[in-house]
Amino acid sequence: MNDQLRPDLAVIAGHIPDAARILDVGCGDGALLAALKDKPGMDLRGLEIDPANVATAVARGLSVVQGDADTDLGYYPDDSFDYAILSQTLQTTRRPDLVMSELLRIASHAFVSFPNFAHWRGRLSLAFGGRMPVTKLLPERWYDTPNIHHLTIDDFRTLVQERGWSVEGQWFLNKGRATTHTNANLFAEHAVFLLRS
Amino acid sequence: MDAHAQSHDDLFGLDRHVRLAGPLPLDSGASLTPVDFAYETYGTLNSERSNAILICHALTGDQYVASQHPITGKPGWWERIIGSGKPLDPERHFIICINVLGSCLGSSGPSAVDPATGDKWGMRFPVITVADMVRAQAMLLDHLGVERLNAVIGGSMGGMQALSWPVLFPERVESAIVIASTARHSAQNIAFHEVGRQAIMADPRWQGGAYYDGEAPSAGLAVARMAAHITYLSEAGLTEKFGRRLQGREAKTFGFDADFQIESYLRHQGISFVERFDANSYLYITRAMDYFDLAENHGGTLAKAFGKCRDTRFCIISFDTDWLYPTEESRHIVHALNAAGAPASFVELSSPFGHDAFLLEAPEMNRVIDGFLKAGAL
Repeated sequence: MNDQLRPDLAVIAGHIPDAARILDVGCGDGALLAALKDKPGMDLRGLEIDPANVATAVARGLSVVQGDADTDLGYYPDDSFDYAILSQTLQTTRRPDLVMSELLRIASHAFVSFPNFAHWRGRLSLAFGGRMPVTKLLPERWYDTPNIHHLTIDDFRTLVQERGWSVEGQWFLNKGRATTHTNANLFAEHAVFLLRS
Repeated sequence: MDAHAQSHDDLFGLDRHVRLAGPLPLDSGASLTPVDFAYETYGTLNSERSNAILICHALTGDQYVASQHPITGKPGWWERIIGSGKPLDPERHFIICINVLGSCLGSSGPSAVDPATGDKWGMRFPVITVADMVRAQAMLLDHLGVERLNAVIGGSMGGMQALSWPVLFPERVESAIVIASTARHSAQNIAFHEVGRQAIMADPRWQGGAYYDGEAPSAGLAVARMAAHITYLSEAGLTEKFGRRLQGREAKTFGFDADFQIESYLRHQGISFVERFDANSYLYITRAMDYFDLAENHGGTLAKAFGKCRDTRFCIISFDTDWLYPTEESRHIVHALNAAGAPASFVELSSPFGHDAFLLEAPEMNRVIDGFLKAGAL
């Protein structure tokens, strides 16, 4: 089943144990939650901003609430989940640092996945084209992209270090396949981190 | 009467009536005995008794949820979501809809006869609350042998009941669907209701509610309905439907006839309403809604009201043009459910029809309800 999942979601799904309490922040149409549904003892919740996505997710039988990661996480009590998940959403939030703090307040662990803006193809495009990169990975143009906080893997590591969070796992993806940790900031298109506060 | 002494056919089906001894203790401290119920059921209660769905109707709704109304001859008010292949399907579900306590279509209310005196209750009927309505429903479900509800569903005041059910009877409700509703009546909600009540009570025919031997206060009730009806629609919907168009004439008459289509429409709404509804019932039910504040008995914290609801699944639906119970009210419910750890789904759907959207064609609403119910049918 995980074959059909977006690669970063497949990585996350592969590292979630049974009987876990999950909050998927920015869950889209609920693809990841749906993939976890058959694991025993799961308590699965989602938060999603787009009403059409929410309707699809609820119609799939998932517990998904329409809301905004920037404003609505404050309503969840401390430590109410084992894992909070933020996949491909961090770069769209107004205050990524605050959203991550909230994730690690609500849950003991957080999976965060994001596109790496420092991938060599983007660097080349910016360095030699002189234009903001439009790639298969980041297909929108600068004015219509929902990504308002582009970041690199090294930027993310710096933030994690500054806030004193610990990294319990990290996975890097290139063309949808796992790639090496060495020089990930240059060679990985996507990163998935598992954090603990 | 012992339920088991009655045949299945007596208990279940269209246009059922039953009198239960009670007593039904009320929030006011009064108590009601006996209690009359008018209700309808659709479909068959399965042998596990696990497929029961209770539909709670709104302020002026009734039990004729999917059958012809006896007075107006109109089809059931929610046939859009009930029927073969629809989200509520009598082939799969056992569906119950009960005329709410205080109403006027067969259940105990001010227009019914007080058995103690042989006269109609009028304003001697005790003031009731939404919780009283729910406790009355529970009493009838006991009689029908329905211990647990697979789902309770309602829009507007029906949503208030659906939301109150798991709070009052957490062990009896597997899921609750709350549409275009709220956890408390706002000052604005109360204000509009008070306009309606004052219109009724200002009608000289009202006579302190003792009008049953003479003419009903139809003029006052019609004005109440007109004022309320505006709150059920959206400004954009009104503009689209009526604009400033004139009614059956080329020019303004410089008089006070219904020159505008919207005036004519509202007058029609008012006049047709009084044929099917009792003015005193309107007073009692609007009062119950105004008294509704689910957090009140929990120190003002809504999340505490849901403290025992962790095993009930909630689905909250709002409409973007509903200004009577705006999306913010639904969000307030959802935040409290999250804080209480209750499994909740919430979506704001788009519709031009304002509060009334839940009664109209809303394919997205059907899709969400269908998926939500099927997820619980394991």
